[in-house]
Amino acid sequence: MSSDIKIRVHQLSKIFFRKNSSVHAIRDINFEVKNGEFVCLLGPSGCGKTTLLRILAGLEKPSGGSYEMIHGDRNKPLQSMIFQEKGVIPWMTVEENVAFGLRMRHAPKNETKERTDYYLKKVGLWEFRKLYPSEISGGMKQRASIARAFANDPEILLMDEPFAALDEQNKYILQEELLSIWEETKKTVLFITHSIDEALLLSDRILLMSAQPGTIVREKIIDLPRPRKIASVRSNPKMGKEFVDIWKHLQEAVNGNLKGATTSLPNEVY
Amino acid sequence: MEKEVIMAASQPVAYERKKWEKSQKKQNYYRTLTLFSPITILALWEVLSRTALIDPRFFPPPSTIIVEFVHLAVNGNLSSHVMISLYRILGGFFLGVIPGILLGLLIGMYKPVRYTFQPLVMALMPIPTLALMPIIIIIFGITDFSKMVTIAGSVFFPVCINTAAGVSNIDPIFVDVAKNYGAKSKDYFFKIALPGSLPVMMEGIQMGQAIALLTIVAAEMIGANSGIGYLIWMDYKAFILKGMYVGLVIISFFGYFFSILLRFLQRRLIPWQK
Repeated sequence: MSSDIKIRVHQLSKIFFRKNSSVHAIRDINFEVKNGEFVCLLGPSGCGKTTLLRILAGLEKPSGGSYEMIHGDRNKPLQSMIFQEKGVIPWMTVEENVAFGLRMRHAPKNETKERTDYYLKKVGLWEFRKLYPSEISGGMKQRASIARAFANDPEILLMDEPFAALDEQNKYILQEELLSIWEETKKTVLFITHSIDEALLLSDRILLMSAQPGTIVREKIIDLPRPRKIASVRSNPKMGKEFVDIWKHLQEAVNGNLKGATTSLPNEVY
Repeated sequence: MEKEVIMAASQPVAYERKKWEKSQKKQNYYRTLTLFSPITILALWEVLSRTALIDPRFFPPPSTIIVEFVHLAVNGNLSSHVMISLYRILGGFFLGVIPGILLGLLIGMYKPVRYTFQPLVMALMPIPTLALMPIIIIIFGITDFSKMVTIAGSVFFPVCINTAAGVSNIDPIFVDVAKNYGAKSKDYFFKIALPGSLPVMMEGIQMGQAIALLTIVAAEMIGANSGIGYLIWMDYKAFILKGMYVGLVIISFFGYFFSILLRFLQRRLIPWQK
């Protein structure tokens, strides 16, 4: 039965129209995400993956096609987005940031407090809850951002390269933390990244995207057992092969794009 | 060997302490500079005036100004002028600041409001409200309220423009966050637009405060029979320059006091800014 499907995207396209040129950001995107599945959208920068996520997050309207997100429990919000590091609101304390979603949907006070406190402790920000974002590090800000989304308790989490701005060590730590929080909630996740390692570590399934106009060109099932740890994923020879395979694809996508750009240069240049 | 270890442990602390003491001394030195510059100027003024190297009729010695100040204060005459000016300043300040913030927020938040009012605000801003005083007096009479309106007219513009700029400078990512987490327009207003625009808005209010003081003196010079501006003007016309200087000193004190008050308020209202 198809009732297990949580997100269904059909022939989705987005065109950014300007006076003299229109850019086809994504074209004819089709995919489905199952309930409780962790899916990574992996592609080179500029492939329109953020545009796709913004459409699903309700921040952008598609130009063509349709998408559907099945809202199971009406008491919970459908989706929440985890933004990049600067999505933490500077004039709210860490605590207020984490409670933001619950406050916006006017959840009962005791539920707000309970969930906020739980996730503050969960991401290790309890001692820092009264501080402002300007007083904490980038890694801690991203923890707050993750806690804010999980505290809001949506059915679907949309993540827009949440760890891209972090240094390596922080990134690894947060990836594992994300996995451990996710494993206890089993929410449906659509995660955008340009990092192959990240996609291999986190996802059940990887959707590979080509560069502009962005389309999904391949799909990879990652059937590693969970819970996963960075060390075990890294040392798995099968994952090494997958890495190379994906890398080749991305290389082609990027080079193909460059080649296209070169041939389209006007002749006068030479 | 042991001796070396001890050396290594104690020396750096002593070294850093010395450095710290030095920087403290420097800080004291700077503070002294700040304190001494006005004192030196006043002393110089006193000497030059007493020795008549500068005309004591125009520049009476500061000591006599202080005497005059005490004299006026004891007379009871001064405090009534100060109070009435303060009343007009505060009334006019709030009469300008509150509409300024409201319209500024609306301009910043809603494009139709922006396109309707921004050009008007820009076009009206350069007109000195003081030049409109005759009309203001015709409408409101020679009342306290007419001074308040004049002040409000001058204060309104920097506050309005800064507030609008404050709102439109809010990073669009916070608008996205609010939207994605389902913020209603009331929540958006109080949680995003208002606090997000506060830092720039406060700069506008600080400017408004300075403009209010400039305006009150001039307004009271033109059409009033009380207040500090009136005092300055009457003493000037009667050539009692000591009295005029007393008025100027009071205005200067007001400006200083209000600035400090607003800085304090700013730290309280914007605790997230370092």
